[in-house]
Amino acid sequence: MEILAILIPVSLGLGALGLGAFLWALRGRQFEDPKGDAERILSKDWDDRPRP
Amino acid sequence: MSDASLHDARLSACPACDAAPLAQRIAEKTGPADLILSLPTIHCATCISDVERALTAHPGVRHARVNLTLRRALIDAPGLAAQDLIPVVEAVGYEAHELDPAALAASTSDRQGRDILMRIGVSGFAMMNIMILSVAVWSGAEHATRDLFHLISGAIALPTVAFAGQPFFASAWRALRAGRLGMDVPISLALLLASAISVYETLHSGQHAYFDAAVMLCFFLLVGRYLDYRTRAVARSAAEELTALEVPRAFRLTQGADEVVPVAELLPGDLIRIRPGARVPADGEIAVGESEIDRGLLTGESLPVAVRPGIALSTGEVNLTGPLVLRVTAAGRDSSLARLAALVAAAESARGRYTSLAERASRLYSPAVHLLALSSFLGWFWASGDLRHAVNIAAAVLIITCPCALGLAVPAVITAASGRLFRRGMLIKDGTALERLAEVDTVVFDKTGTLTQGLPQLVSLDPLPEAWRPMALGLAQASSHPLAQALARALGDAGVLPAAVAEIAERPGLGIEGRFAHRRLRLGRAEWSGGEDGATARSASWFRLGAGAPVRLEFTDRLRPGAEECVAAIRESGRRVLLLSGDRASVVADIAARLGIEEWQAGMRPEDKAARVEDLSQGVSRVLMVGDGLNDTAALSMAHVSISPASALDAARVASDIVMLGSGLGPVSEALELSRKARRRIKENFAISIVYNIVAVPFAIAGFATPLMAALAMSLSSVSVTLNALRLR
Repeated sequence: MEILAILIPVSLGLGALGLGAFLWALRGRQFEDPKGDAERILSKDWDDRPRP
Repeated sequence: MSDASLHDARLSACPACDAAPLAQRIAEKTGPADLILSLPTIHCATCISDVERALTAHPGVRHARVNLTLRRALIDAPGLAAQDLIPVVEAVGYEAHELDPAALAASTSDRQGRDILMRIGVSGFAMMNIMILSVAVWSGAEHATRDLFHLISGAIALPTVAFAGQPFFASAWRALRAGRLGMDVPISLALLLASAISVYETLHSGQHAYFDAAVMLCFFLLVGRYLDYRTRAVARSAAEELTALEVPRAFRLTQGADEVVPVAELLPGDLIRIRPGARVPADGEIAVGESEIDRGLLTGESLPVAVRPGIALSTGEVNLTGPLVLRVTAAGRDSSLARLAALVAAAESARGRYTSLAERASRLYSPAVHLLALSSFLGWFWASGDLRHAVNIAAAVLIITCPCALGLAVPAVITAASGRLFRRGMLIKDGTALERLAEVDTVVFDKTGTLTQGLPQLVSLDPLPEAWRPMALGLAQASSHPLAQALARALGDAGVLPAAVAEIAERPGLGIEGRFAHRRLRLGRAEWSGGEDGATARSASWFRLGAGAPVRLEFTDRLRPGAEECVAAIRESGRRVLLLSGDRASVVADIAARLGIEEWQAGMRPEDKAARVEDLSQGVSRVLMVGDGLNDTAALSMAHVSISPASALDAARVASDIVMLGSGLGPVSEALELSRKARRRIKENFAISIVYNIVAVPFAIAGFATPLMAALAMSLSSVSVTLNALRLR
């Protein structure tokens, strides 16, 4: 049962990580244009370097 | 949900009233200009990069980004105007229109949506983590382990409920202060009671803790609330876009040059220029010029009216042939359009609020649940004398009966149905519009602009001799008059090539003339071209070549595509169809006969229409009004539910519950059918959640309920309700 001392913090940490990523994406307005983002991935623009 | 619809009602009252001061504020604003262009034709990755590349390459543009979901481009270009950038986009092959940022203000800052999303995210992650611990407890963790797991769950759940539950607490508090019992009161009570009892049980190493149930409740209910919000936000932003497309501007005559000013800045006494084809921006009196004007949107007349200096024009009429100079007598708030908007607002408040199925359900539900929980608490306390056990039972009853499925039942169906209608070109502005549409048994149509396109169509080319046709086309092409354009269209479709007609001159109010091979050509009114109009149903134009006998060309109003099928489908479904028009009886009779409508009335003034609709509603009828003109607005707001085409005047669109974006009428009958299906699904969803309750509640009252059962009942009912709603798509 001592393993719980590791497993529970790990699972909570992973959950918190996921939540953090979601909030970061939300703050960065990544859910504003879902249709456009689905299309943009197909475009060859900015394949070599990120958009300034 | 009840407060959400209240919010909605306030929004829909009268955007036109707010528009004027907003426009002024925009004009005063200085600094970096944010331009918004509407791009209705973009659809793929190539379109996005084409437009963005073209815009960023234009000097002066700092940043440009296309939003494909909204079909808009947001441009940061200080010092540039939309007129400078529209040609840039059009050069790469895409349609672009200017959008008025003032009218779009509400949808760009949709903070409310992100706020709900964030709460959904937090409660979702908390729910998953607590569930991992709960599964361990359900599968047999005991004593210290169970207590530890409960403690950790509580540490996650309490802040989550405090954060994610805020919308429910806030609205429950508002309801209580107003002395009502909304849906949110039992929800809040269940959340608070479940959390409190679980804390108590955890601290006393009890067997059951409902932390998972409390968080799950938050999650599912927030999803329902988000769906509800999305539906309204999508409809609202599209409706705003329609309004924003008409940037109100006028050409004011000052010393020397014309000056472009917002309509809100016009003052009585100003002289404004109205070009042919333009809409009259303010009430006034003609100072200079002769022309013909189209009063269709105001009165429903399909024929243009000749005007000369001294005649009064009202806002919303369209100038057809000659340039006019107008002396403004009333603008903005005092104009006839604004007065009509006020009339519409008054009619809307008189219509009274419709109680939706969800509201009726919650009215039954809230007292029932409170009563059930209270009586099981009292019953157990009286029977066993154990306060802790009795409170536990009451909490279990509240949690099990909590309206997850009920909260999802309506928004899930409305989202699915309005999504489907949106793809067919119908925009639902009001959440309850679908429910009201399902009750409709009488459909009232307006004629000009609704059943017909308001565009004349040549009845037949036969009266025009073969040899005259090229000359007629050459002449007709040069005019912007609707009858001449209809003639040009018909000749063009027949494969006629235009002759080179010289010395073409438009005679406002009379017609158009020109010269071909030393012979004079005239196309226009009967008395001017030498013809003689009898009393006939159809509008006509006369064509004369030199001294030859004039030829009479008859026009009829062209039906909207899908009008015949739509009327036939509505009649087949057993609903009554009426045609109410402000036009002349002979024209209306003609259209009614073509569509097979038996009940029609002509020559109706706006008050008559409204009175007739009210008359119908006084009886047992539930009326759907379909109309587009100013003369329909009062009737539109009087009807049980109303639809207007996107080509309608602002005031008419504001007054109606549904806006039709496409040019066809077909979606109207489809919407009627779909609304009935949607109502059936909503009722099925209520039935599903009631069945779950009937099965689970006896267990809870008997004291056999466990957190596992609560979790199962909650998620199973929510999922089945959502799946049932998705069958509509």
